[in-house]
Amino acid sequence: MRSLSDEELIQVYEWMKLTRVLDDRIVSLWKQGRGVGSTFSGRGHEAIAVGASYALGPDDVVAPMHRDLGCYLVRGITPRRILANQLGRATGVTQGRDANLHGIGDLSLGIIGFVSHLPQSMSPALGAAMAFLYREEPRVSMAFVGDGSSSTGLFHEVLNLAAVQRAPFVVVVENNRYAYSTPLHQQMAIDDIADRGQAHGVAAEIVDGNDVEAVHAVTAEAIARARSGGGPSLIECKTMRMHGHAIHDGAEYVPAELLVEWERRDPIAHLEKIFFERDIVEEALIEEIGQKCRRIVDDAVEYAESSSWPDPASLEEGVYAP
Amino acid sequence: MTPNGSSGERSVASEEDRKLSYIEAISEALREEMRRDEDIIVIGEDVGGEFGGAFNVTKGFEDEFGRRRILNMPMTENAFIGAATGMALMGLRPVIEVQFADFITSGYDAIVQFAATNHYRWGGAVPWVIRAPSDGGISSGPFHSQNPEAWFMHTPGLKVVAPATPADAKGLLLSAIRDNNPVIYFESKPLYRSLKGVVPEEGIAIPIGQARVAREGTDVTIVTYGAMVHESLKAAEEISSQGIDTEIVDLRTLKPMDCETVLASARKTSRILIVHSANRLVGAGAEVAALIADEAFESLDAPVRRLGGRDVPVPFSPPLEKAYRPSVDDIANAVKELVTW
Repeated sequence: MRSLSDEELIQVYEWMKLTRVLDDRIVSLWKQGRGVGSTFSGRGHEAIAVGASYALGPDDVVAPMHRDLGCYLVRGITPRRILANQLGRATGVTQGRDANLHGIGDLSLGIIGFVSHLPQSMSPALGAAMAFLYREEPRVSMAFVGDGSSSTGLFHEVLNLAAVQRAPFVVVVENNRYAYSTPLHQQMAIDDIADRGQAHGVAAEIVDGNDVEAVHAVTAEAIARARSGGGPSLIECKTMRMHGHAIHDGAEYVPAELLVEWERRDPIAHLEKIFFERDIVEEALIEEIGQKCRRIVDDAVEYAESSSWPDPASLEEGVYAP
Repeated sequence: MTPNGSSGERSVASEEDRKLSYIEAISEALREEMRRDEDIIVIGEDVGGEFGGAFNVTKGFEDEFGRRRILNMPMTENAFIGAATGMALMGLRPVIEVQFADFITSGYDAIVQFAATNHYRWGGAVPWVIRAPSDGGISSGPFHSQNPEAWFMHTPGLKVVAPATPADAKGLLLSAIRDNNPVIYFESKPLYRSLKGVVPEEGIAIPIGQARVAREGTDVTIVTYGAMVHESLKAAEEISSQGIDTEIVDLRTLKPMDCETVLASARKTSRILIVHSANRLVGAGAEVAALIADEAFESLDAPVRRLGGRDVPVPFSPPLEKAYRPSVDDIANAVKELVTW
């Protein structure tokens, strides 16, 4: 299934590579003791975060979460703003108010920031879609959730309401097999979360979450359907969480062979293989993209680490909107 | 501000004709605002159709505004309050009805975790109102009688109002809808149809954060809000024959609280009784008492006293509920104790 031109696929690769380089650097900063608080890695989720959000239009809205670094980048949050946020600086998106990728919201870029109570941003994302319906605007809203979220009552409430409203709404479920330490079989007695969409009358598809072409194609189709009045969709992207829940978590509870198996299916290596197989790019370009990403991330680290801390005098600012 | 959708020539009717019940005032405020501003939509359970809500506040609204603006919801407070947050982020002004204030807990995460913190965290304003029909005294049992205002006062980022008169019910709803923050509007069920009052036809917004002296007096101050304003007024009349001149401060807004009006009255009378039908323990009144202790301690001639619901679920049977709630007699007795301290 192909929905991207070669040029677009190279762009997608650049976003995925930037996501990976930034993610790796964040992990490294924390291991070196240069981080603040905790942080999360989305390693292995690049094809989902980038592939799904690349299919959105500029006026669409998205509610990503803590594994979706690539989504924030594709929507236009710069690595500088992300790292400054991770380090609690005044130049971060939340100006030191919220941690790591939490609360990274920017309405000018169509991003709704998330809270820890997953999937609490599913309902605001649906509300955005309902606002588009009300105003008869051809816009679509997308929410990212995980397998853990799919066990909550809210997940079902939102799918049901989205179906009843026939809202232009797309839910991307990142099924990465673990909710913190709890494996899928202890979370649910079914094989596919997509069944939960169908149960509510939401069109549901399952896709290989490590294959960015597949993710993009299925998402683009769901977005087009939503935009033309066809109602909501759920896309279950099967993947694997390659690091622990958060940076402190060694995830010893994950069988090593599972990680070995999924490492072989790494989404970035997979795309590079496609490039060579289809003779789309030269190896030199891959190298060049990697270097470019590292330069961007080096600059972002320097920017964030040299940024000012927020002024304690600003503590009470912004609790209320003017 | 003059509503541009109101139906015709300026009323020349007598003031008496502009007496509305408390619930009619809520309905009128909402209707006028919806005529004025297309961004306002109503969302909640049973709010649409001919039914127009469990208390008929939105009766006839679907006919006038269409189904697009009166969104009947499945039983999903958590989802539809969250959805209202998303609508608000997109520039709409949803007015959410939770049917009974007691049911607001089903959407608690959506309110206190998401909506309340949003502007502080990343600057997205959430201009919605939750209409929460609250309070008891009418044998509605543990789950249709609650006064959960303190939970929301304890949450940064929310505003909390609790009107006691038809004029305030209208004026505070106008302000709540026009405010750019999430506002919990606690309306008083026992006042819905029992209380009538003159309500200005033009939408006169009552500013959020402004208390009202409901009765002027010199000997003692009762700080209260909601239905207990009227119980306090009755008690004040009763004891006025005994030469006790009671001042009553109706808070109207619980958060942000009008500290100046409370403190001015405390300094004037030197004796304070706080009354609410919400549970006394860690209730709104505890904050009022602390405020007075902090700021007006040297003006006090007697300890600050509080009356409130007992620390039990609101019971159903009339004798039990009567024992739960502060009564006119309780208020009168507490005032008498204070003046003879």
